[in-house]
Amino acid sequence: MLSILIWLPLAAALIGAIAGGERTTGGLTLLGSLGALAIAIALIAGYHGNGGQLTHVIDHDWIPALGIHYKLGLDGLNLFLVAMTTLVFAFSLLACNLRSWKKPSLFYVLMGLGESAVLGAFLAQDLILFVAFFDLMLIPFYLLTGVWGGPGRVAATTKLVIYTLVGSLLMLAGAVALAVISSQESGQGLNFAYSALAASPVGKGSQEWIFLLFAAAFLVKMPAFPLHGWMPDAYREMPTEVLAVFSGVLSKVGAYGFLAIVLPLMPKASVHYQTLMLVIGLCSIIYGSAMAFTQTNARLVIGYSSVAQLGFITLGIFALAPQGAQGAVLQMVNHGIVVAPLLFIVALLAARAGGSEDIRDMGGIAMRAPVLATIFLIITFATLAMPGSGNFVGEFLILLGLFKTKMVFSIIAFTGVVMAAVYMLRIFIRTMHNRTGPEVRSRELRWRDALVIVPFVGVILLFALYPQLELSRAQQSVTASIQPARQVESSSR
Amino acid sequence: MSPAVAAIHGPHIDYAAISPFEALLAGSVIVLLVGLLRSRVAREQLVPALTLVSLGASLAVTIWQWNDHVSAIAGALAVDDLTLILTIVFIAAGAAAVVLSWRARAPRESAHGEYHALLLASIAGMAVLVAAQNLITLFIGIELLSIPLYVLCATEMRRASSLESGLKYLIIGSVGSATLVYGLALIYGATGATEFSAIAGSIANGHGSNALILTGIALVIVGLCFKASVAPFHQWTPDVYEGAPTPIAAFMAVATKAAALGVLLRIFDVALVGDQFDWGPALATLATITIFVGNVGALGQSSLKRMLAYSSVAQAGYLLAGVIVSTQLGVAATVFYLIVYLLMNLAAFAVVIARERETPYGDDIDSVAGLGDARPELAWPLTIAMLSLAGIPATAGFIGKLYLIQALVDGGYAWLGVILVIGSMISLGYYLRVVAAIWMRDAPAVGAGVPVIAGGSQEADAVAPSRNWEVVALAMVFGAATIFFGIVPQPLFDLAHRAAGSLTGIY
Repeated sequence: MLSILIWLPLAAALIGAIAGGERTTGGLTLLGSLGALAIAIALIAGYHGNGGQLTHVIDHDWIPALGIHYKLGLDGLNLFLVAMTTLVFAFSLLACNLRSWKKPSLFYVLMGLGESAVLGAFLAQDLILFVAFFDLMLIPFYLLTGVWGGPGRVAATTKLVIYTLVGSLLMLAGAVALAVISSQESGQGLNFAYSALAASPVGKGSQEWIFLLFAAAFLVKMPAFPLHGWMPDAYREMPTEVLAVFSGVLSKVGAYGFLAIVLPLMPKASVHYQTLMLVIGLCSIIYGSAMAFTQTNARLVIGYSSVAQLGFITLGIFALAPQGAQGAVLQMVNHGIVVAPLLFIVALLAARAGGSEDIRDMGGIAMRAPVLATIFLIITFATLAMPGSGNFVGEFLILLGLFKTKMVFSIIAFTGVVMAAVYMLRIFIRTMHNRTGPEVRSRELRWRDALVIVPFVGVILLFALYPQLELSRAQQSVTASIQPARQVESSSR
Repeated sequence: MSPAVAAIHGPHIDYAAISPFEALLAGSVIVLLVGLLRSRVAREQLVPALTLVSLGASLAVTIWQWNDHVSAIAGALAVDDLTLILTIVFIAAGAAAVVLSWRARAPRESAHGEYHALLLASIAGMAVLVAAQNLITLFIGIELLSIPLYVLCATEMRRASSLESGLKYLIIGSVGSATLVYGLALIYGATGATEFSAIAGSIANGHGSNALILTGIALVIVGLCFKASVAPFHQWTPDVYEGAPTPIAAFMAVATKAAALGVLLRIFDVALVGDQFDWGPALATLATITIFVGNVGALGQSSLKRMLAYSSVAQAGYLLAGVIVSTQLGVAATVFYLIVYLLMNLAAFAVVIARERETPYGDDIDSVAGLGDARPELAWPLTIAMLSLAGIPATAGFIGKLYLIQALVDGGYAWLGVILVIGSMISLGYYLRVVAAIWMRDAPAVGAGVPVIAGGSQEADAVAPSRNWEVVALAMVFGAATIFFGIVPQPLFDLAHRAAGSLTGIY
């Protein structure tokens, strides 16, 4: 089941590219990702906590000589991230199908490969398998940006790849070290499965240096404050549809890695570095927010707001409290389904403002496009975590968890909530109201664009009305994932 | 018969056991003679075909020898799994070189018979080298491998840079050989033995920290590092690769490296293993220097052959890691990486050769610009090769690096594993530049300005793409194999594991 879910998008794209013409590749890839979405919905419907244990486990020996398994599994941590991934990919691919690309076959094969790799990273239950998928997802995005991106694409891709691959190669060294040291200390054979590594954790000293290798990879991917250097260029140059996927989905793999790998396998180091990680989270919030309300490029406003949002998620994870982690998982899903439509709307606004993505060239668009303005407003409110939205629940839980364990940090983090309101309302007002820009030719949302954006709004509303859908299913797994670190913390007190 | 003659008994020679070497040397002689025929077809078609037959025969008897662990000619040669597996590597590299040379300029300018005979002799030298069980055989092997290569580098006789390359390789190779033989003499002087097993025994008996033997080891390291192009003894590599005919450069990059690493495994992990704590740190330092020098050197290159030369220097640094830890795991990791290295490097060189013949840009990076649009069947193998050399998952290079890192962490050299990773990061800078050129740049306008020839072996009579089918096919086969073994590495693990099993002195 999970193997089908992972490989369906790539298989569909490959079949399309080999057998079909240029239009059919796009159609088939879309169909493949819709199929993955359907499987994900079926998995949500069939999942009821399961005591925090994995379900749908697939476990084959992949490379027995090195103790590497092809092991996949579903739990409360990755269930909704997988669903969010399939959702964002499916509707981005729909958007892709609505315009024409040069070299379409290659484009869709890469998109399919990207989706398969991300799903694989979320579902992997073996450290090397995770690293492999984690690195693999970079290749399609490197080419997608490099071939179809804006004018500065070559510099942007080089930066992107060097930052992220440096992180992931360090993680590879960390992963190997973790398993080898673990097998030496426990006297058992080499085994990279999460479950085996969690059962025999390595000593504190080893954990501490390996933690840093993993943290580097995940923080680059998120991106978090001091390691976000690749972000502005990449956001500026990527095609919108690719960026929606990249920003919505790939950044979550880093945050997910902290919850699924770092906390359970390196609990002592997680407690040791808790303050450092919280500081990084706070810096990301403050820096991201400050940058977001000084930028004039609409994409970069959203990019820096993502840095701030991921900062919140980091805080939630390293609060090392059940509520915080729950909020973090919910917030990962929320951010994915909010940021993708935001980017599509930016593209629509740019099309109405003479092609410029600068918010100074926009303004007054709401007058002739009330439906677009309404949808944008809903998404804006969701992003700034208006009470009543799913994001409010997420941020509230994060701050609640943090308040219980590290009160000072939570008080500073509260300012981030206010700043989010400032920069999101700023972009809304500057684009939709204010004086009409010189080049602006406002018009209403077209049906084909609505087809892409409205489903996201539907899901945003669903989570606003019923966040319990996610929280109840994730609860047991999240608690299990932070349990080792909490034990370390309570025993050290 | 006088009694004095009767008293000398030649050692028993097990001709069956050494049949892989015989097939190569006999092939060399036959090819040389057939090359003297008048008929053009005989020279240009029959000679390469016979070379392939000879390689095939050698491969067949190699597989026939499988599982027979024979010590032949009074213990001078060990025909064990390590020898056989590395021989297969040499044969594969040699066969690829023959295919790549089929329509190349070099054999036409020199002579088909000589060219192919030298190639076979060099392969035989490599096989003898990795089978060597004493210092004398080692030296014979290294000379038999090197001397034909000095000549082969200079076979494009009408191009000055090819001659320069041959001369440079001759001079530097001779310095390396001289240093090596001096070192071997000192080791003999210290231990009184030429057999590896006897040397190991002597070291175990407390002769290990004798000044003579330590000096000898240092000189042997220097000599072999010249052959393996380990920094700081690598300076010849970029110049020689750039000047040599590209099929020969491809052969050297793959096979010479495998031979040098094979003999490093034999001498350091068998004969000198007792002195591991003396040479281990020295080699680790050299590996570190090599990784940095190779990767940083490659960054600024615009000639693909020079870039691949520096990349091969860096890869030599990675490969040394497996020698340094002197464990079975380390040997297996080295052998595994050598096989993988063959696949990805030959895929890359085949594409370079195809583009040298198709474009006026020689081996400059411009020659592959826009390849994704123009020739996807060449673009994919080169892309895969570059990603694999960089160590991206789903390619065999990833598994190879993973295995090496595992061997390093297991052997207590975790820091060198981190160096290896840092080196891989630097290497992304130049490997991805090639990928970017393939997919993200447009092909340079035809006839724009004077063609750039970065010292490459420019094929004056450019061949139409359809006439390069054998090069394209080779690139695609090796590219596909790189992906295949990246996903299903188990067969290679089994091979590597068997090879490591033949070095019984280490755990």
